[in-house]
Amino acid sequence: MRQLGLAAAIREGIIQEMRADQSVILMGEDVGKFGGAFHVTHDMLDEFGAERVWDTPISEAGFTGLGIGAALTGMRAIVEYQYLDFIFCAMDQVVNQAAKIHLMSGGRAKVPLVLRGPQGATGRGAQHSQSIEAYFMHTPGMKVVLPSTPYDAKGLIISAIRDDNPVLFVEHKLLYGAASPGGGKALSDTAIQAIGMDVPEEPYAIPLGSADIKRAGDDVTIIATLLMLHRALAVADQLSNEGISVEVIDPRSLVPLDVETIAASIAKTNRVVVVSEDTSRAGVAAELVATINDHCFYDLEAPVQRVAAGDTPIPFAPAAERHVIPQVEDIRAAAQRVLSD
Amino acid sequence: MTTEIEIRRQPVDCAGQDAELLLRMFRKMLEAREFEEQLYYLFLTTAMPGTMHQAVGQEAVAVGVVSALNPDDTITSTHRGHAHCVAKDVPLDEMMAEMFAKREGSCRGMGGSMHLTDFSKGMLGAFAIVGSGIPIATGAALSARVRNSGQVAVSFFGDGAVNEGTFHEALNMAALWNLPAIYIIENNQYALSMTVAESSALPDLAARACAYNMPGVRVDGNDALAVYEATRAAVERARAGEGPTLIEALTYRIRGHARFEAAGYRPAEEVDAWKNADPIERLAAGMIAAGIASEDQLNQIRGEAERAIEEAIAYAETCSEVAAEDYLAYITAEE
Ligand SMILES: Cc1ncc(C[n+]2csc(CCOP(=O)(O)OP(=O)(O)O)c2C)c(N)n1
Ligand SMILES: [Mg+2]
Repeated sequence: MRQLGLAAAIREGIIQEMRADQSVILMGEDVGKFGGAFHVTHDMLDEFGAERVWDTPISEAGFTGLGIGAALTGMRAIVEYQYLDFIFCAMDQVVNQAAKIHLMSGGRAKVPLVLRGPQGATGRGAQHSQSIEAYFMHTPGMKVVLPSTPYDAKGLIISAIRDDNPVLFVEHKLLYGAASPGGGKALSDTAIQAIGMDVPEEPYAIPLGSADIKRAGDDVTIIATLLMLHRALAVADQLSNEGISVEVIDPRSLVPLDVETIAASIAKTNRVVVVSEDTSRAGVAAELVATINDHCFYDLEAPVQRVAAGDTPIPFAPAAERHVIPQVEDIRAAAQRVLSD
Repeated sequence: MTTEIEIRRQPVDCAGQDAELLLRMFRKMLEAREFEEQLYYLFLTTAMPGTMHQAVGQEAVAVGVVSALNPDDTITSTHRGHAHCVAKDVPLDEMMAEMFAKREGSCRGMGGSMHLTDFSKGMLGAFAIVGSGIPIATGAALSARVRNSGQVAVSFFGDGAVNEGTFHEALNMAALWNLPAIYIIENNQYALSMTVAESSALPDLAARACAYNMPGVRVDGNDALAVYEATRAAVERARAGEGPTLIEALTYRIRGHARFEAAGYRPAEEVDAWKNADPIERLAAGMIAAGIASEDQLNQIRGEAERAIEEAIAYAETCSEVAAEDYLAYITAEE
């Protein structure tokens, strides 16, 4: 099978859906002529034309609203944010409008909308580094999807496009591969410098709400998404040399969350570490800890360990950024803590 | 409306103008140019952190505008902000140290290229969310009114930023309340890959001012003196309590959007034509034509500017590394 990187896999998923379904349209800054700041939409303008691929002005609130309006009236709209940090410019449209329209209309209106773009800390300072998914997990009416591999990315983007709800589709800059700013250096402690992997050519959908066990193990469960999933796998490798068997779970979507797969793993390992690149306080990991306590409390032999970014805007200096963002050694230390508790 | 922009190559008309002002603007433009050219080289040859956006070719806008301000007037800047800072007298050493992510940097290594800030110089910050500095500068203008300080506040932003809602909301309030604000659209004709005509229904951006009932002025942004004069008129208006002005300065981004971005969406002839309209060379030619300075004098200033940047780099190299936990002191402001 041919190998694809993450950006190419997302691109292929979008193209196949656009070929199959004339109602799918795409909009965002520099997505057409330029092919997207991270090349995800490369050549789509040529194939689908300017009626389906819209190069927008820098108007996030506006074009998000356009996406919603189009979605309400028969389109399936994919809206790209050049960096997910900029979705905050469109908070009203996403949070007050897109997420609430279905309920407010008593189920009459549907908003099949994909909001996608890259996030993650790559040395760009506080306004280009955030991990934003928790804001939208906190927004009922939306789904939140996070692919960590090219295979998952293609199957999940296809499901996101086919879904009848607003879906936040979170990509990580460092997982795009060689094209990503910051490049290989930040990945030197993971196995993903070359992130290409086998991706089937035909379209396939991975259901939202289906977690994937990326590595099976018995002694401790680590739950992680995006870049952190790869750091967790690196920890699993390290610990296996010491005779410790780690199970690594990738939720793939946080809303809906596959609690069953997580609970089954914890019933086996009785020890769990949750990892996320977003801010610790009121963040993804905090929510996962609470969910695990709700569902798995009597299976736990030690308090759940939470590893997440420091409660700070992300500082520019590389040493400081590194201190804020969870590293392999932080995840490893948490696994060792939960094993020795 | 005109979308065709005339490329002016003629020397700046310096006859009878203030020699000190012209020479100072020349020096500042050279410093801004050299700062970014050396930075570009450092990014190519060393492990510089982060990224940067060059304003090469646009220096007359930053320098012309700031030359019409008092030291305590305030500005906001953008992702493409080095020249604004140089013009506003932010120390070159501290700017360079920030690029190196050093403790002695303007922002203690916490901000980087896209967030340069120096309150001691009235530089309120560089905001890398497009359009977000516009209301913030407007707030500084409101504050100047409330404090009765006589200051004016200037917001620099790009042609792309005028399509953010913040532009509309801020300009309306500024005009409604006659705030001492000046809005500088640095129209370098591209927002990443998008031309003005591809992103603005009305490509004459200065004309938008009429929607806010404020003056809108279009000026040759590669003529430092013309920019200076347009700004001076706006400053007078603002200080007299007559309200804000919108200035569109026409210029060109000679380099790619960001470090190493190849800008393949632009015709080579267009880039070449603008290279021949260089704002520094136009000012130099104007000063020589008007007998304000000799070629030797200008070369001496060129040498001084180069040395100032060399010294800034040497300084930054000796500064101390940011410690991993430095940021903990800056999360919230506490007594
Ligand atoms: C809200 C927001 N949207 C998108 C971006 C990404 N971005 C950074 S600069 C830029 C182009 C800005 O164009 P313009 O305002 O003309 O400024 P220039 O880069 O030409 O100086 C874009 C799209 C951003 N930083 N912030
Ligand atoms: Mg521009």
